[in-house]
Amino acid sequence: MKFAILVFPGAGCDVDLFHAVKNVLGYEAEYVWHTESGLERFDAVLIPTGATYGDYLRPGALAKSSQIIDSLKAFANSGKPVLGVGNGFQILAEIGLLPGAFLRNKGLKFRSGNTKIVVDNTNTQFTADYQKGQELTIPFAHEFGNYYVDEDTVAELKQTDRIVFTYADGNSDGSTASIAGVVNEQGNVLGMMPLPERAVEEIIGGTDGLPLFNSILKNWSENNVCHA
Amino acid sequence: MSAMHEPNAQQIIDEKLYRQMGMTDEEFDRAVNMLGRHPNYTETGLFSAMWSEHCSYKSSKPVLRKFPTEGARVLQGPGEGAGIVDIGDNQAVVFKMESHNSPSAIEPFIGAATGAGGVLRDVFSMGARPVALVNSLRFGDLTDARDRYLFEEAVAGIASYGNTIGIPTVAGEVQFDNCYSKRPLVNAMAVGLLNHEDIQKGIASGVGNSIIYAGATTGRDGIHGATMSSAEVSVEKEGELPVMQAGDPFLEKLLMEACLELVKSDALIGIQDMGAAGLTSSAAEMASKAGYGVEMNLNLVPQREEGMTAYEMMLSESQERMLIVVKKGREQEVIDLFSSYTINAVVVGRVTDDKMLRLLHKGEVVAEVSADALAEDSPVYDKKSEEPAYFKEFQAAEMTEPVVDDLHATLKELLQRPTIASKEWIYNQFDTQARSNTVIAPGSSAGVIRVSGTTKGLAMTADCNSRFVYLDPETGGKIAVAEAARNLICSGAEPIAVTDCLNFGSADKPEVFWQFEKSAEGISEACLKLNAPVISGNVSLSNEVDGVPVYPTPTIGMVGIVHDLSHVTTTEFKNAGDVLYVIGEASLDFGGSELQQMTEGKISGRAPVIDLDVEAVRQKELLTAIQTGIVQSATDLSEGGLAVALCEKAFGAKGLGAGVTVSGSPVTALFSETQSRFLVSVKEGDAEAFEKTVTDAIKIGVVTESDSIVINGDEGTLIDGTVTELHAAWKGAIQCLLNSEG
Repeated sequence: MKFAILVFPGAGCDVDLFHAVKNVLGYEAEYVWHTESGLERFDAVLIPTGATYGDYLRPGALAKSSQIIDSLKAFANSGKPVLGVGNGFQILAEIGLLPGAFLRNKGLKFRSGNTKIVVDNTNTQFTADYQKGQELTIPFAHEFGNYYVDEDTVAELKQTDRIVFTYADGNSDGSTASIAGVVNEQGNVLGMMPLPERAVEEIIGGTDGLPLFNSILKNWSENNVCHA
Repeated sequence: MSAMHEPNAQQIIDEKLYRQMGMTDEEFDRAVNMLGRHPNYTETGLFSAMWSEHCSYKSSKPVLRKFPTEGARVLQGPGEGAGIVDIGDNQAVVFKMESHNSPSAIEPFIGAATGAGGVLRDVFSMGARPVALVNSLRFGDLTDARDRYLFEEAVAGIASYGNTIGIPTVAGEVQFDNCYSKRPLVNAMAVGLLNHEDIQKGIASGVGNSIIYAGATTGRDGIHGATMSSAEVSVEKEGELPVMQAGDPFLEKLLMEACLELVKSDALIGIQDMGAAGLTSSAAEMASKAGYGVEMNLNLVPQREEGMTAYEMMLSESQERMLIVVKKGREQEVIDLFSSYTINAVVVGRVTDDKMLRLLHKGEVVAEVSADALAEDSPVYDKKSEEPAYFKEFQAAEMTEPVVDDLHATLKELLQRPTIASKEWIYNQFDTQARSNTVIAPGSSAGVIRVSGTTKGLAMTADCNSRFVYLDPETGGKIAVAEAARNLICSGAEPIAVTDCLNFGSADKPEVFWQFEKSAEGISEACLKLNAPVISGNVSLSNEVDGVPVYPTPTIGMVGIVHDLSHVTTTEFKNAGDVLYVIGEASLDFGGSELQQMTEGKISGRAPVIDLDVEAVRQKELLTAIQTGIVQSATDLSEGGLAVALCEKAFGAKGLGAGVTVSGSPVTALFSETQSRFLVSVKEGDAEAFEKTVTDAIKIGVVTESDSIVINGDEGTLIDGTVTELHAAWKGAIQCLLNSEG
């Protein structure tokens, strides 16, 4: 299984995802620069956190105009998995692959640390390895982590079971309905503010993020066995 | 000001215009003599910036020469952008600390942000990838609105730069005292890693090689910043201050990636950051270090504003700019490399053999000055040094114990002192885990990052208790080094080298210079004793408000090697039933202590005594015990003494408390700040081995599975509190102070 890690100018944490996927999990991973096009050769696309374009204008807004975005949309429409974490989630919202927008944290300051989130939906290709209701400890770091969706969208997200993770420790940044992660209608695009790639080793941030990556792999293996 | 309206050489003399640039009459005469003629306005500017304290170390050099700078691991000592220390496996750690005090006193957000940005450039200009940031901060005690503003904005500024560029902040320290009111200290330290073959230097060598300017455009911001930083802040004079330079961490991220790719190319000859005194210092220093000259055509310098003069371009401190020397004929590939990161890079000049810094602008030679004269031949002053009257008085004072009525209330109050209280409010604003190598994030003794691809780690810390330095500079200097080393030891690391940031008042005051000299002596002695040579540093003089100097604050940034990540040790208790040991006994040491400041509203008397032999032995023994795997948790005793350290060990642990027994005077046993002491927890089964390894260990109690902190004395219970209550007081104290009014 081969992962693409999109690299936009200024995104500092591409290395975090690369390390998690390649060094810890042992999968194939490759950086894809924002000026490239064509992602067909990959089995999954990961969009890292960081501050693409310095978060100027608003986080993710400038990445929207990058050349790679059309390929990313095509990749997502093909049904293969796309995961955006932190700033990657913000980019997915900006380009319309996921609903919602991001406001500055309720406390108006950048916050980082470990947060507790609950797995609300295990019927996705990202969460099959978790138990429903399982509580995870996952690092986070953001200034615009206050996820906003309007009432109708929340209702729709709930009805279609697209809220994958919710905050379980006070939702300090003020996200609508304590949402920490959502998937698109097809269920193959996940955006989340907590950073599972920073929780794949006991010595660094714990291992609660591991099942997420393993779920992606397991799903891919099953599908590829079917198609073989 | 356009060049046409610039004063001519005669006017500069007649109106003594060099004085406005911070030069004395003697310094100007010296420049005239070296030049063999009268300098024009631009040339006067070059001399004044390069001979500022910030660039030339003219007042501090004779003292700095005393620092031990050599050691088996040292690959690059002071003199380059940052120092370099070997860590084995063909890798080396590169680090440096810098002050951004003056800018932070005026515009705290951008002042602090550009401090982080500048020191990062110092590290990546050596060819190293920055892997961690550390900061050391000083503010007034937060009872004044201006100080709260400075504190909040400076922290946000550092956070903004580090978080945006994606480098984790893994350690830091902050002290609050009203000697820093309106004159904060903002010291930023960057740590990088490189392979030996990638080490770069800031040199301009090889006649005909090209000088390339890369990065942001040059604007009128920060002109004469180097001179300004060597002047004190006067609140009334704010209107006279130059336009502050702002930072762009996004641009720096791109610049950094481009430079780190460039260092792999054999087209590169030398590279240096345009820091203080911008284009002037980078060009003059690179030429001087290499023994060559540099000729630049300023028409080619990318400019942000119209009509800039040579003077303005040379003195600008616009951020995120690098000066690069590449082999003749290889220019285009370097320009293309930068261009792939959307960074502007242009050839602005060439290396010459005449050792001159020659500047052309609009077809004319506008400056022609010996590079050595600028970079090497600044005046050096043996400043007048005089022991201040207070020192004798304090030394003669009788040692007393602060008067305490209620031990429990005093402990709680100490935990709420901002210097002691939880620093969560600060470090929660930093991305501490970016790049996925942070093994210990802020909140323990030191920050630890993993050296990727190895089983080793790097521990780092910054420390200085300036109250001790004020009371007794030599002892305080020793304590600063020893405390930094203790923090590394407690984290499982062997200290390997030091960077310093020497923040003092005006060196023209003999009493201040005496503090400077004495503390440097103390630092030198401790660095020698603890095998941690000084490999880089920074001097910041004139930290005064309306003529009153801050406490002498020689901040020590120290890096250590964790030889195996299994040695990593943290502050908090691990298991109920573990045995608690204190290493070293308490004595009557309250001079400069937090308790003294709290109860008396000022500090006085003698700083705690430190015996470096005892210190070295205890550190060595404790590190051996940690490396043997028989230590569960370790912390050094610092502000607030044993009682505070005991609480901090319980705060980080879930559901664990402690029961201990101490002897002697309760106030001394609980709160004394006697040096070279540690508090350690050890599994019961390892107690015997621990006692054999650590000679001065005294068993004082056990870790309990409870919510209580109980400290018994010779005549009954001294403290009986709940972890919950004490923790709440400690945790929320800084936020509480920030919410206050007045």
